[in-house]
Order: sequence, then C-alpha cells, then structure tokens
Amino acid sequence: MSSPISPPCAVERRRFLRQTAECAAGAAVTLLLAIRPARATPEEMRAAIRQTIGPAAPHDGRVLLDLPPLVENGNAVPLTVTVDSPMTGQDHVVAIHLFNEKNPQPYVASFHLGPRAGRAQVSTRIKLADSQQVIAIAQMSDGSFWQGGAKVIVTIAACVEDVN
Amino acid sequence: MAKPLIKVPPTAKKGEIIEIKTLIAHPMETGYRAGLNGATLPRDIIRRFVCSLDGEEIFSADFSPAIAANPFLSFFTRIEKSGSITFQWTGDNGFSVSETVEISVS
Repeated sequence: MSSPISPPCAVERRRFLRQTAECAAGAAVTLLLAIRPARATPEEMRAAIRQTIGPAAPHDGRVLLDLPPLVENGNAVPLTVTVDSPMTGQDHVVAIHLFNEKNPQPYVASFHLGPRAGRAQVSTRIKLADSQQVIAIAQMSDGSFWQGGAKVIVTIAACVEDVN
Repeated sequence: MAKPLIKVPPTAKKGEIIEIKTLIAHPMETGYRAGLNGATLPRDIIRRFVCSLDGEEIFSADFSPAIAANPFLSFFTRIEKSGSITFQWTGDNGFSVSETVEISVS
C-alpha cells in the first residue's frame, strides 16, 4: 500500500502554491502602480525644487512663509511669503518659488520680482490636498537661495475630490 | 467674462511703495478631478500673470493647478511716475484677459 498522498499530487500542490504567490505579488505591484499618481512625495518635491532652482542648495532663513497652522478647507488656503531683503538695485529678490509635498504636483507657483517691487512680499491662495509641509524658496540677485517652510493641517482636501 | 477686481490706490506720492491686489474669476480646474460621469475633467488653468507699468514689467507670476479657484494676488511696487498699469492673465483654452488702471503720482 502506498501513502495516501501520491508524489504527483504533492508536485501539483507545490506548483499551485507557487503560482498563487506569484499571482498575488503581481496583483500587489499592479495595485501600487494604479494608486501612485494621486499624490506626490517629499522626494518628488525635492526633484521639482532641483528642476526649478538647479543644483544650488538653499540656505535656511530670510524667508517667512505665513500659513494658517490649521486649515478647514484645502481648496483655498491663504498664504503670504515675506522675504527679508532691502530690495535695492544691488541686493533684491529676483523670484519666489512655492512647493508642496503631497499635492498631485509638487510645484505650486513662481513669482518674479525686481528691485522696483520695494517690498518682497506676495500673497495668494492655494489648494492643498493633505496635511503637509509647504516650502517657499527665494532667489536673490546675488544668486543665492533662501528657504522657509510651514506645516499645515488640512481637514478637507482639495485637488482630487469628485464633482457633485 | 467677468471683469477682474483690481485694487490700486488712485494717487500716490513719488517713491511710495503701494500694494496692488487682484482677483479674477476662473475655475482653475486641476485636471485631477473626476466629473459626474467618472471621466477626468480636463485641465483648465491660468498659467501666467503679468503686471506692467507703461509697458515695463513690474511683477509676474507662473501658476500651476495648485493655485485656488478665482486666483487672488497681492504684491507691492515702488511707484516713481504717473502712468497706466496693465494686468494680463493668460491660460489654457485661449484664456486671455487684460485690464488697465491709471495711477497719478504727485
């Protein structure tokens, strides 16, 4: 009398298990790819910053990003960027760039100023898809970059909600 | 097209730093939202804003979909002479709006 499980059956079982595992792994990869485009990541924000300002490393300071710490509606978040600069012909802010971590796109906006601005301050309203950090980078006339950031908690997300 | 709201002081002293505020009606559709039938709504945004005094650019901005609907902007400029300040918004689907405001400097 042979054993209750014959060798061919054991091979079948092994193959079945292996194929199931492969199939599950494949499905997980597909699922990850399907979910991916909804959000940027902090790495993508760093890539977007590099693309905008080049290889230069921004220094911390001189830029004050004023955002409410707790935002009820991410569809319109008021924001003010103030840069500490004398705004003279020799020393002024050339541009202010805004970035975020978790919207579908990490790039928000660029503002171009000059010595004629008199005061390096810009206000606008932006959309935020999640609680996250927002970064403002100022490009100075001497070629240096300065950055300031703010963390925001958002209760109603913007950008990806459905129309109803 | 609704007229954009522009706030510029009508008069200023020479060398004074004035604040300019603008608000324009625009949906700023991101291109990431699903519409009523589940299909993604195509992107429709204002891409660029330029403010110039007598043809000379004094401020400009590049927008992305992350700018809130009905874009609001506030910025400053040092005003040296009387002239006309022109505001121009351009964007997707041929969107283009231009406004001119006079300012007299004493």
